[in-house]
Amino acid sequence: MTETNRPVLLFAAMALLFVATAAIIGLNSALFALNFCLISAIMALGVNIQWGYAGLFNVGVMGFAATGGLTAVLVSYPPVAEAWAAGGGGILISGLLTLVTIAACILAYRRMPRGLVRNWALAAIILVGLFVIRYFYDPAVEAIEAVNPATSGFLGGLGMPILFSWALGGVVAAGIAWVIGKISLGLRSDYLAIATLGISEIIIAMLKNEDWLNRGVKNVIGLPRPVPYEIDLQQTEWFINLANSLGINPVDFSSIYVKLCYALLFAAVLLIVLYLSEKAIHSPWGRMMRAIRDNEVSANAMGKDVTRRHLQVFVLGSAVIGIAGAMLTTLDGQFTPTAYQPLRYTFLIWVMVIVGGSGNNWGSVLGGFLVGFFWLQAEPLGIWLMQVITAGMAPDNPLRVHLIDSGAHMRLIVMGLILLLVLRFSPRGLIPERTSRAH
Amino acid sequence: MDNLLNAVVLLLNFLVVPALAYGSQLALGALGVTLIYGVLRFSNFAHGETMSFGAMFCILFTWLLQSWGVTLGPLPTALLALPFAIIATALFVLATDWLVYDYYRVKKASSLIFLIASVGVMFIMNGLVRFIIGPEDRNFADGARFVFTARDFKEWSGLAEGLALRSTQLITIVTAIVIVAALFWFLNRTRTGKSMRAYSDNEDLALLSGIDPGHVVRIAWILAAALATIAGVLYGLDKSYKPFTFLQLLLPIFAAAIVGGVGSPVGAIAGGFVVAFSEIGLTFAYKKFLAYLLPAALVPDGLVQLLSTEYKFAVSFVILVVVLLIKPTGLFSGKTL
Repeated sequence: MTETNRPVLLFAAMALLFVATAAIIGLNSALFALNFCLISAIMALGVNIQWGYAGLFNVGVMGFAATGGLTAVLVSYPPVAEAWAAGGGGILISGLLTLVTIAACILAYRRMPRGLVRNWALAAIILVGLFVIRYFYDPAVEAIEAVNPATSGFLGGLGMPILFSWALGGVVAAGIAWVIGKISLGLRSDYLAIATLGISEIIIAMLKNEDWLNRGVKNVIGLPRPVPYEIDLQQTEWFINLANSLGINPVDFSSIYVKLCYALLFAAVLLIVLYLSEKAIHSPWGRMMRAIRDNEVSANAMGKDVTRRHLQVFVLGSAVIGIAGAMLTTLDGQFTPTAYQPLRYTFLIWVMVIVGGSGNNWGSVLGGFLVGFFWLQAEPLGIWLMQVITAGMAPDNPLRVHLIDSGAHMRLIVMGLILLLVLRFSPRGLIPERTSRAH
Repeated sequence: MDNLLNAVVLLLNFLVVPALAYGSQLALGALGVTLIYGVLRFSNFAHGETMSFGAMFCILFTWLLQSWGVTLGPLPTALLALPFAIIATALFVLATDWLVYDYYRVKKASSLIFLIASVGVMFIMNGLVRFIIGPEDRNFADGARFVFTARDFKEWSGLAEGLALRSTQLITIVTAIVIVAALFWFLNRTRTGKSMRAYSDNEDLALLSGIDPGHVVRIAWILAAALATIAGVLYGLDKSYKPFTFLQLLLPIFAAAIVGGVGSPVGAIAGGFVVAFSEIGLTFAYKKFLAYLLPAALVPDGLVQLLSTEYKFAVSFVILVVVLLIKPTGLFSGKTL
């Protein structure tokens, strides 16, 4: 198998997997898996930009994906006029006051001489700011959450088409990444890992508790869609005719049709991101990034600003993750903060990149498809496996019950094992990065 | 005068005593992180799960002892099970070193590769814990619940506010002091401890002086496992044992280690208490405290709580950010043990 053939063969095998799923289980679930894999591949591209190009370890992928998801809610959901009337002003004032407090802190930090006085002044500004902000914020939150708590109880969004949120989700995630990167890049390499771990935990805690923003754990459901609804399609004439001419039941076909629309949208985004990533990595900029990654000291000696390049690439990668996060929420049609688990949103994406081949965009896409596909199939497989293992035992055997119940936890172990094994025995992944020496 | 005393007792009961116990747990956890960093030069993300693992073993041994009818009277049976749990955890941790980290050490891989490997280990351990003991909440503290209760204190002092000291809190603080004293004695007085410090200070020089690196690394893992197990068990006794909390504990522990200066044991202890006192101090509702001190007209309406308890991690994170911005080397700047 030659170097150039290998990716083609691997992608062909992946396509075959989808075809086989469509043939055996059905087109509907094959498309469901395809959509999941397309989004996973985009997230993997984002992580690859950070890790593969620059060697930055981001443990907070989950936080950036959730930020994208929140943006989808805030862009697309219609505004709740009553809630805005009840507490919108208070929220805006407290937001403004937060900015004023931060500005005052920065001003005091820059203008005052170093020493104890400055430290106490900063503490005083923060304390006073906190109390003033909460004076406006607390009643506003209470008022907003009192508006129809069973159905809304939050400010809602802007009521714009949800497709806007894909771009905006990237921008918001990039903003958060800029702050985090500014603080922790340029210091020891593991500080970035710890800082991203922290910020993602805080983002999730915020999403679970700030009910006025996104209803917290009560979830936002029924987000508007960029594609038609099944129920509308089933009543449209051309659609029924099309379904009849294809010989498929219109109800089944509507579900397939909607998933196909999503798949086309996601594939378009994936191709754009992939095209830009490939262009970037083969440009002088990409060579510079690799030079920095492979030897920071010598790149620095050549006059490259390592910290700035790291910040740039960290922001870019996080933006891609944010875009994918917004897309995922769009696909789900709802926003559930409790669904954000580090295993699924941080760790899985990492396994995708490392299995696929870090540093190689095609590798990350393949990793996204392959690992995503098996992630979806793992649960039924795990339960099946446990049932086979325990088939000889009595149905009420405590060990059997325990094993079947624990099947779900096997995912953690399996994913950890895959990561360790690939890292050790095949650190370059399925489609290794192409270096100039290789051809 | 009574008001002032009441206010002080209130703070002691709800802020100082819990923060001392929590701070001791964090300090023990941060010591393990700092020890591994000092010797192996990487941030061990699996440390939180090592705590969880140790606590799990301790619970299993406690159940075994209880089923034999062995208890410690007023003290929790877990203390009797603790040495066995430490041995089991240390064996497991040594196995992970042999299977995972040793290869990268020989290859002299970058610290980031170690870090990623430790994330892999973290997930495997997390999965094993959930597989073995299940994800449920476990309460394994037995024996006397209180050293003295709020009621005892009120009767003794005649104050309106009560002060309670739970036995798990006292055990936590006493154990932490004993362990820390023993650790410092080991690092500063024994031959092995001194060779560990030398290795952490300058690896090449230590190798030239004939220090066996394998031995130093093994001792570091055993110490880290012991510290993690003790911290995990104390945390589990004080609150309760939930497998998923340990991933969240990782942040305050790292914050504590970094605040003190990664690699510095004294710093880890100081950092643990800084994080614990800030976390509890900022999420404490001061209304009642102010009510004792201020005239009735001036007492505020709200709870006077700076931050709601859901944002506990945010406190460690903010501390972390402040330290990274102002003094990235930490309070006790040092890279060596």
